[in-house]
Amino acid sequence: MLKRFAFAVALLAATAAMAENQLGGLRPDTPLAEESEAPQIPAVVNSDVRQVRNYPDQPPIIPHKIDNYQIDLNVNKCLSCHSRTAVEASQAPMISVTHFMDRDGQTLGTVSPRRYFCTQCHVVQHDAEPPVANGFLDVDSVLDHIIGAGEEGQ
Amino acid sequence: MFRLLKRVWHILVHPAAHLSLGFLTVGGFVMGVIFWGGFNTALEVTNTEAFCTSCHEMRDNVYEELKPTIHYTNRSGVRATCPDCHVPHQWTHKIARKMQASKEVWGKIFGTINTREKFLDKRLELAQHEWARLEANDSLECRNCHSMESMDITRQSKRAAEAHERFLFTGEKTCINCHKGIAHQLPDMHGQAMFGPTSDAPEQMSENVEASGSAEVKAYLKTVTE
Repeated sequence: MLKRFAFAVALLAATAAMAENQLGGLRPDTPLAEESEAPQIPAVVNSDVRQVRNYPDQPPIIPHKIDNYQIDLNVNKCLSCHSRTAVEASQAPMISVTHFMDRDGQTLGTVSPRRYFCTQCHVVQHDAEPPVANGFLDVDSVLDHIIGAGEEGQ
Repeated sequence: MFRLLKRVWHILVHPAAHLSLGFLTVGGFVMGVIFWGGFNTALEVTNTEAFCTSCHEMRDNVYEELKPTIHYTNRSGVRATCPDCHVPHQWTHKIARKMQASKEVWGKIFGTINTREKFLDKRLELAQHEWARLEANDSLECRNCHSMESMDITRQSKRAAEAHERFLFTGEKTCINCHKGIAHQLPDMHGQAMFGPTSDAPEQMSENVEASGSAEVKAYLKTVTE
């Protein structure tokens, strides 16, 4: 009985917390019968400045617009600058050698089919405010913290 | 038949007996205006997007592909229509291009690309014709709107500014060399140069040995496999 009561209290608290949630999905404060105003589409960051990776194996963000880039059986627009042979003319970073490996780690002579569709992993960055605060900590700050704690302990 | 021709010739070489010189002069002038005006009007009608897309070959393939691109939809609403890029604006060159286009009428009549499959099979050849044409006239149709003098590279992204400074302003390359597929989807580009003259050795897909078809490569592969 006590258990059931505790569960009811917890459920109530959770509902109250949800009601306070300002995000509210796609229709924040709009009544059901009204149509909410569509948010503005954020612009793509087109600075051509390479961004820091948040963790070592993060696929790098594309620092430029890729509107209408054709990536299909016929042609890969990204590779027209980022392929091994194109970087001299384009001065773009070459795709890494991991893109030449198949899933068994065997290095192929050309881009591995599973790495061909760039936008499966690489995306552009939009100039948008994150709707939820992010508590992610960079590995360096974690390491600093651990080292700092160790020093304090001594 | 011969007698008829002889009569016509007789009329042509003798002065008119019943019509006044004034009538012939003014009449000739008026008829000239009507014929010339009619010819030019008809020519201009064929030079519109509505005319191009009146055929399903253009409407369902290339026109559909144009629609999501910057040359059809953009923030300021200025757009290019088919003839802006595919027909020279200057009269002499326009007439030359229009005469070439009689081949396209032939293609329409005999259904050269009247299905999606036929169009896709033919697309590389058609694209190569346009690349070659734009290379030969130094991307004239691009430059009708995009003038090099008015291009402020400080307002471009770093990447675009560097590329234009390096290749466009030095005259090393012309617009179409790098901007293939700007308004339509590209055909199979294996063995085709994405940058530089179309006649050059393939740059992008040169990893594909079969497609590059170089004699040395073939000879080398033969010695390796033997």
